[in-house]
Amino acid sequence: MKNSKILILITALVFIFLIGPFIMIFLTSFSSDSIMRFPPKGFTLAWYTKALNIEMFRTTFWVSLKTGLAATATALILGVPVAYANIRFNYRGKNALELLFSSPAIVPGMVIGFSLLRFFVYVSNIPIGIGLYLGHTAILFPYTVRVVSSSLRNFEGDIEQAAISLGSTPLHAFFAVVLPNIQSGLVAAFILAFITSFNNVPVSLFLTGPGVATLPIQMLSYMEYYYDPTISALSSIIIVLTVIVVQSAEKLLGISKYV
Amino acid sequence: MAFIELNGIDAGYEKGKPILKNFNLSVEQGELVSLLGPSGCGKTTTLRTIAGFIMAEQGAVTIGGKDYTNVPPNKRNIGLVFQNYALFPHLTVFDNVAYGLRRRKVEKPEIAKRVAEVLKLVSLKGFESRFPAQLSGGQRQRVALARSIVIQPELLLLDEPLSNLDAKLRDEMRAELSRLQHQLGITMIYVTHDQIEAMSLSSRIIVMNEGLIEQTGTPEQIYESPATPFVARFVGFDNHVDGTLLELGPKGVLVDVHGVQFVSRRPSPNLSKADEGKKVSLFFRPDDTLIGAVPGANAMEVGIDFSNYQGNTTQYAMHLGTHALRAVVVGKPVADGVERTVFSIPPEKLIVERGV
Ligand SMILES: Nc1ncnc2c1ncn2[C@@H]1O[C@H](COP(=O)(O)OP(=O)(O)OP(=O)(O)O)[C@@H](O)[C@H]1O
Ligand SMILES: [Mg+2]
Repeated sequence: MKNSKILILITALVFIFLIGPFIMIFLTSFSSDSIMRFPPKGFTLAWYTKALNIEMFRTTFWVSLKTGLAATATALILGVPVAYANIRFNYRGKNALELLFSSPAIVPGMVIGFSLLRFFVYVSNIPIGIGLYLGHTAILFPYTVRVVSSSLRNFEGDIEQAAISLGSTPLHAFFAVVLPNIQSGLVAAFILAFITSFNNVPVSLFLTGPGVATLPIQMLSYMEYYYDPTISALSSIIIVLTVIVVQSAEKLLGISKYV
Repeated sequence: MAFIELNGIDAGYEKGKPILKNFNLSVEQGELVSLLGPSGCGKTTTLRTIAGFIMAEQGAVTIGGKDYTNVPPNKRNIGLVFQNYALFPHLTVFDNVAYGLRRRKVEKPEIAKRVAEVLKLVSLKGFESRFPAQLSGGQRQRVALARSIVIQPELLLLDEPLSNLDAKLRDEMRAELSRLQHQLGITMIYVTHDQIEAMSLSSRIIVMNEGLIEQTGTPEQIYESPATPFVARFVGFDNHVDGTLLELGPKGVLVDVHGVQFVSRRPSPNLSKADEGKKVSLFFRPDDTLIGAVPGANAMEVGIDFSNYQGNTTQYAMHLGTHALRAVVVGKPVADGVERTVFSIPPEKLIVERGV
């Protein structure tokens, strides 16, 4: 009895801790106060209008969107065959590779960002946009491998062999039988990777430069100078959009089992 | 040369750890051969090797006189019914069955015709637009069967294809398979756990154990003259007594069991004159045992552990020396409280194997 009460308390605390900031952000975005403060006072939609009208937010949104889409697509195209090879074949060094892919979070983004920065900017003089795209591809790759692997693991190898015994080449069997059956895993990987890219700060911080920034970076630098609820409004928009995308994907495909 | 030959095959899932060891098998054209054996003995592995999904480390696979050892599985024209059906979950029953035909570039109307025919054959007419998830286990099994026979393969490999069907449907499908085999002359290798199924379907049975073939023979040979202790136990010779081979003569075999002589007329084909004086094992079936001393049969005085009246028959658990034995005899139990009694086993019901 006592145990379960403590459990409920802990769960509640965790929820408050996770959801609390979102609620605060959401509430302050409607505050007529001109600095971010809690509890909010009054009600206005002015911060939303302002957020949507700031030119830099609009341009960096497009940078984030384009970088996210391109990097996610690339990471998926590279990740699917790697995941497939890891599930189906045995080769030397497989375990080490799997460990690397199994927990992308253990590789600190700062380290990657910094080394990539040095590589792209100092060594090879690559344009900032391309560097950003490549950097994001690199951090998304482990995510796509991991999610696609877990959906491939649920897919019986015998089904593929059945296609082959009926006359498909292994390549044809992959496209005709494997891909259609891991569709929801692919969508899950896409969404997870895109959100990861869209939210990324550490790697982008190193890879952006004069004139080019991503939305989170732009938001950070805005906050260095202004402390009004514009950022709250913008964050609320992003959160709501994210929830809508994830929810509808979950409803349609049940993607949460892959993550 | 037989239609399919496996010669000296070593095959398995990991290099250097073969499941099949120096495996030899030959199947004639149009024959239906069963692979029978306990779980994990390598039946599925054998089928995978023939289908080409496992490449042999050693040895050769020959089909129809051609060397198939290194031919990839998609070029083999072998029908394969997987143990777990392996239907395509994203395709309807129709598209599942049509898959192989489309791969073979068969014309559309012809596909429709052949799929309809084969679905009728497996009693699945009207299920064309269902998805596998909307079928029962038995229905899935029949789709798997239809999918593999519609391509009219030269060779059909069946991995326990009827295990999920009820008795009636199983009988029907068995008859259907027999018909296919006879009419179309398809060579079939049939994996099963079910002895009765193996006996009733196949012209020859291959009994496997731990990646090796224990015995190959007609159903009658396997059932009546098991060649090894393993096969003997497998086909129901549950009782086992150790002894020493005294004489292997044309009229019968003499075996000494702790000073008592047993006569058998069914020595294993693996025994020879050279085994005289060596350890052997006697095997007999519980229901071949007779109660009391019967003229001409081997009498043995056994201790009764318990008896279990089952109406028409009585089951006895008993022991001879250290060997636990079972008997199923027609009639009521011997009087209560009797601890020792005599049972008999006729010489033609007693088989003799190399010692275990
Ligand atoms: N994919 C695999 N990888 C590694 N070992 C395997 C694999 N499949 C089977 N084995 C092993 O190979 C041996 C033979 O397996 P196989 O599937 O051929 O048995 P089986 O006779 O078909 O058994 P069952 O009647 O249970 O289907 C078993 O010891 C099994 O553990
Ligand atoms: Mg098997």
